[in-house]
Amino acid sequence: MNYWKQEWKSFLTITVVFLICYYLPVGTPRFDNAVLEAFHLVKWYAQEHVLLCLIPAFFIAGAIGVFVSQASVMKYLGARANKVLAYGVAAVSGTILAVCSCTILPLFSGIYKMGAGLGPACAFLYSGPAINVLAIVLTARILGPELGIARAFGAIFLSILIGLSMHLLFRKEEEAKIAAQMAMPESETKRALWQDSLYFASMVFILVFANWGKPQSSEGLWASIYAAKWAITSGFAILLGVILVAWFGLKAWKAALTALIAAALGYMYPAEPLIAFTAGTLGLTIFTSTDEGELGDWFSSSYDFAKQILPLLLGGVIVAGALLGRVGYEGLIPSEWIAGMVGGNSLAANLFASLIGAFMYFATLTEVPILQGLIGSGMGKGPALALLLAGPALSLPSMLVINTVLGIRKTVAFVSLVVLFSAFAGIVFGAFYG
Amino acid sequence: MKIQILGTGCPKCHKLAAEAEQAAKELGLTYELVKVTDINEIMGFGVMITPAMAVDGKVKFSGKVPGVEEIKKHLK
Repeated sequence: MNYWKQEWKSFLTITVVFLICYYLPVGTPRFDNAVLEAFHLVKWYAQEHVLLCLIPAFFIAGAIGVFVSQASVMKYLGARANKVLAYGVAAVSGTILAVCSCTILPLFSGIYKMGAGLGPACAFLYSGPAINVLAIVLTARILGPELGIARAFGAIFLSILIGLSMHLLFRKEEEAKIAAQMAMPESETKRALWQDSLYFASMVFILVFANWGKPQSSEGLWASIYAAKWAITSGFAILLGVILVAWFGLKAWKAALTALIAAALGYMYPAEPLIAFTAGTLGLTIFTSTDEGELGDWFSSSYDFAKQILPLLLGGVIVAGALLGRVGYEGLIPSEWIAGMVGGNSLAANLFASLIGAFMYFATLTEVPILQGLIGSGMGKGPALALLLAGPALSLPSMLVINTVLGIRKTVAFVSLVVLFSAFAGIVFGAFYG
Repeated sequence: MKIQILGTGCPKCHKLAAEAEQAAKELGLTYELVKVTDINEIMGFGVMITPAMAVDGKVKFSGKVPGVEEIKKHLK
């Protein structure tokens, strides 16, 4: 019998895999089509979103991780912080503090137990995952600017409401604060704030203008910007190069070489700006990764994000493609089911979407391709926002951790508030844009 | 000495644990490496930004994986 005690898991795995292979529905049109859809979708992502959108976003997220001092933000969320200010800071600080989803829960319990208390902690927990740079960029790019903006502002606004509600519900309870001192990483400032701001701005503008979408009409400001988008992008790339040389100690010849190669390629292949863009990015990659100092730290932090997020995202895209198909196509799940459950903008559809979102676990950023598939299959805009708001903030695993920190009553209250407020935001958004 | 790695189990925490182990071995220390994963226990150290490393209960740094050489400095 001992033999089986050790082996039952492998045996079960083999049996299940065998049964799946045995009954693999190859040849049925729906299955074959779903496999094709998965590959089409992942190809579309790789072609349209990785180079121009995700890679610059990784560099920005990496820069935030290395160059922005978390301690300087946390002082506004400490035990003696101004209570009104603390809500505001908690609601927006996710942009800076929560670049990686695994940092959210420790920060949340830290704010609760050592810092500004229950309200701001809940506000941070709700808005943090929704408003980090990568999430905003990808949502706006794939699901459209309205949903991207609604997601960011909805998360910030609702997080304050949820934080305040939690505070009012449990205001009578004395919180036993831990006497421990917040241990914050030391931060050394090498550059003035405006220098760092300019550095971030140059990267954000590269990201914005490189992805400038083609407008409907061929006249007006948007169209002129679209026509000049590569010139503008190059301008900001040169600015970034100058900043790196002047303030970050990049050797001038390295920046010049990169710029020269990118410019030459841009001149040789004017119809394919992606080639020049890739050359520039490669130059940046080579020269930052071989640096021993802070530029090297910047690269390795950006690379860590890419390594962690890209496989999850592309895996999520394949699964979403197989289950839901591209926009206008059908995957394994029939579109009528989706439209029946979360189509339109009814209260039931919004509540259902936010409830599913709250309990389901979304790996970092995979909520975006999943939502794209759902919207393509007939999900309403309102329920989509409800799911986007409730989804990344909560999942069954995170609820269990929150429960050990807050206790069951506060956890239930928090989860209910998240579900209700997210559904409510969905209804309002759906009424305007549905 | 007791080396404690504080972190809820994200990839960076594993990396830090591996680097700390390597640093301690290269220094030839007699040590015990403990991973602290319970979030309330981590809070007890005052740490909010993981991963962090504590030696004999005292937090040395938090929020980064500083590399083997720098960890050695904290272990000496």
